[in-house]
Amino acid sequence: MASNFSGAMKAIVSEYEETSEHKIVLSFGSTGKHYAQIINGAPFDVFLAADSARPQLLEDQGIAIIGSRTTYARGKLAVWASNPEIKDIKVALNNHEGMRHLAFANPKLSPYGIAAQQVLMTLDLWPKVQSKLVRGENIAQTFQFVHSGNADLGFVAYSQVINPKQPLQGNWWIPPQSLYSPIDQQAVLLTNKQGPKDLLEFLKSPLARQLIQHYGYELP
Amino acid sequence: MILTEQDLTALFVTLKLASVSTLVLLVVGTPLAWWLSKSQWRFKYLIEAIIALPLILPPTVLGFYLLVSIGPNGPIGGLVDALGGAPLAFTFTGLVIGSVFYSMPFVVQPLQNAFSSIGQRPLEVAATLRASPMDRFFTIAVPMAKPGFITASVLGFAHTLGEFGVVLMIGGNIPGSTQVVSIAIYDHVEALEYGQAHWLAGSLLALSFLMLIVVYGANRRYTVAQP
Repeated sequence: MASNFSGAMKAIVSEYEETSEHKIVLSFGSTGKHYAQIINGAPFDVFLAADSARPQLLEDQGIAIIGSRTTYARGKLAVWASNPEIKDIKVALNNHEGMRHLAFANPKLSPYGIAAQQVLMTLDLWPKVQSKLVRGENIAQTFQFVHSGNADLGFVAYSQVINPKQPLQGNWWIPPQSLYSPIDQQAVLLTNKQGPKDLLEFLKSPLARQLIQHYGYELP
Repeated sequence: MILTEQDLTALFVTLKLASVSTLVLLVVGTPLAWWLSKSQWRFKYLIEAIIALPLILPPTVLGFYLLVSIGPNGPIGGLVDALGGAPLAFTFTGLVIGSVFYSMPFVVQPLQNAFSSIGQRPLEVAATLRASPMDRFFTIAVPMAKPGFITASVLGFAHTLGEFGVVLMIGGNIPGSTQVVSIAIYDHVEALEYGQAHWLAGSLLALSFLMLIVVYGANRRYTVAQP
């Protein structure tokens, strides 16, 4: 499953295991790596991806169970500065000459990176910030770049900045969803067992949906 | 073209990084290895342990500490800033510093062994002939330690070629400046571009293998020539 969803998923699984005899073992990683592992026979039952493209591919190739594909969460972007002296993030973003580095996830690999690129393009900043851009391999690494202060600003996931377990320094701005296409995170079943099916059903339950929202995602 | 322009750029950045790092390592590592091979200091093993650390630590650990310490709130970042220098993160210079730490044992250890195996005798003889310490070092120790220098250079170079975790942490993946081959391969795999990943990975494999053949071949010649 996608690392960005780990906090939410741990909370969901601990709720799920209270009512079910099934034990869930979670493997966190990047969606691209998990995809490569799955097509090479990795023994996973469910795949919670960070995007919709890879689950779609698995379905097309007949590796995932047809018809099991479902959007479990919709990611939200946040532009974050860990230095508390940067108060107005929108001003800082527009003042691109004054910034040292602007971090975002590699759009080739991360749907959050694609969304960040779309926001920058819509705001007409994309060509202007080219020399300032540093790319994280994923949203977690992008977060690190900003957290360590090496990048003054960065496009991270809203779920990272409001992590209930780890209050953060600094300020953030949440770009309106109209500036980028939705970050649909999809899940697919890889085996026909009952346990995994139950888990996917549980992800749609009111309790799970409440947790998903609590951890900083929109509901599909 | 099988390799894209960006792949070639990554290959070039990698070779440049490995060359510059090896040069810095030889300049820093040679006196260090010489001192380690001669010193009688009782806590010498502490230094040896520190140099050997990158052999054991996952590169991501080293990279993570580097990222934090070169940040504006870290000790190195603070020092560089106080001296009026530009921040090191996401720069080629930052990568060179990371690589020097990361590949240090691969250069210092062969040199130290080479210097130790010369023994005291040739240097003492030279001293009785009134050769100055500098003279003894450059005309006796360095030529006699030549196989050690070859091994150290090639291992330092080759190990930097394969560097991933450190660059991942402090590089920022900027084409032409901090995007190296290992990162480009990783990107291709993650983006499901397996064909391009194969070509680039194959090039790196061939290059590394070729280099190791050169070291082992050269060392064999030396052992044969110096029975």
